[in-house]
Amino acid sequence: MKIPVCRLADLPRGEACRLDSDPPIAVFHTEAGEVYAIDDTCTHQDASLSDGWLEGCEVECPLHASKFDLRSGSVDSPPAKRPVRTHQVLVEDGTVYVLPTPAPRAAVHRVDGRT
Amino acid sequence: MKTVAVVGASLAGLSAARSLREQGYDGRLVLIGGEPHRPYDRPPLSKEFLAGEIDEDALALEAEGEDLAAVWELGVRAIGIDTGSWAEHHVRLADGRSVRAHGIVIATGAAARTLPGSERLDGVHVLRTLDDARALRADLARGGRLVVVGGGFIGAEVASTARRLGLEVTVVEAAPTPLAGPLGREMGSLVSRLHADHGVRLLCGTGVRALAGTGRVEAVVLDDGRRLDADTVVVGVGARPCTDWLAGSGLDLDDGVRCDAAGRTSIPGIVAVGDCAAWYEPAVGAHRRVEHWTGARERPATAVAALLSGGQGVPEAPRPPYFWSDQYGSRIQFAGYAAQADSVTLEEGAAADRSFLAVYRSAGRPVAVLGLNQTRLFTRWRRRLATAEARTAG
Repeated sequence: MKIPVCRLADLPRGEACRLDSDPPIAVFHTEAGEVYAIDDTCTHQDASLSDGWLEGCEVECPLHASKFDLRSGSVDSPPAKRPVRTHQVLVEDGTVYVLPTPAPRAAVHRVDGRT
Repeated sequence: MKTVAVVGASLAGLSAARSLREQGYDGRLVLIGGEPHRPYDRPPLSKEFLAGEIDEDALALEAEGEDLAAVWELGVRAIGIDTGSWAEHHVRLADGRSVRAHGIVIATGAAARTLPGSERLDGVHVLRTLDDARALRADLARGGRLVVVGGGFIGAEVASTARRLGLEVTVVEAAPTPLAGPLGREMGSLVSRLHADHGVRLLCGTGVRALAGTGRVEAVVLDDGRRLDADTVVVGVGARPCTDWLAGSGLDLDDGVRCDAAGRTSIPGIVAVGDCAAWYEPAVGAHRRVEHWTGARERPATAVAALLSGGQGVPEAPRPPYFWSDQYGSRIQFAGYAAQADSVTLEEGAAADRSFLAVYRSAGRPVAVLGLNQTRLFTRWRRRLATAEARTAG
């Protein structure tokens, strides 16, 4: 499945937007001009990473300061301990598309946050 | 440096240990913790953990499989430092041993202040450690009436959690307005309206004269003579830095270990981080203890860089202080220095909606920002503040 997100021109560098998919996906346009997509919800507690602090290839959760690497989804800084999923991004004819990674069946429920 | 001892195994100590390894230190690393627990996260202790929504495993700060190649000395307090030449210091432990170290990171945190007489009564709590939280959680499960002494963030978070658990809650604050210290009077007053919104009684402008009861606490007696019946009491009246053990070490101690803007103490080879450390803050021109999670997380990297460079490095300035508080389902976020401001204005939203963004300014220049349920906008302003400060410092 290929989901259109927005025109690349409408997503300035240093900005992010949220795709209301299930689960929601955050799309980031870095200062360096790269575009990345990861799960929007922080694995620590319910917060939207697209609202977070983007610096280089890293986003800091706007709520409790967990940091995630946009390229791998790995946790760079606590309190989060579990990575976020990454998704493939395509830019075609000036439009940004996301190809969502299928959710692993067992890993969707939350273990340490509010539901 | 052959051995570095990190004294204190909470967030600041763990962050220092991680920074040491990340910055290439491959010598012996000893982590000394007074509590028996592995490093754990404290913010949930007044919220999700206290409410019984998460268990102790969820508090762990270390990642699964994380290995810092460190020697862990847990459940043993450090009782002193014998400073030697640059090359060698000794950390004395309560069990009689001592750790020889060439570099020392002091991260012993702060301890909750108590009220006189509270030790002899059951049902009176402070909330700082995991063991404190376990004990308080057990008492809140009894239900009934809770009196919280102190309307700061810990007090407000406990009140919020207890209210959600169905207790009848009263918060007593000695100052005319809660949170005036961190947020200023006007905003402190606005934010503390959350108490009333959720059926919690807030009494301001009166101190506590005594705790009444025999065996177990029965009431809180106020300075104005009022008596508040209580089944459980939580005292949240601030914390004092854990630096008593450093008396006689030669370190400069004055409301915390006095450090320069990179965490260096007055003795070469020793840095201090977290709640016990009073770093020089160039932005305010004075030493400050910053008792926030984010400072304990971020600043150790700066201090470790200073330590490993033998005091020669010029570290990056830390970002402006940032903290959050989750109360009554609302997200409160603050960054910067409120005390510097000569004006505060609501830039977005409205106080009545319990959703707003306020900017603090000094001579027209933004110095701090407060968000109540304004996460996205807050992040933008926080970033602006950091960029402006970096420019000023540079």
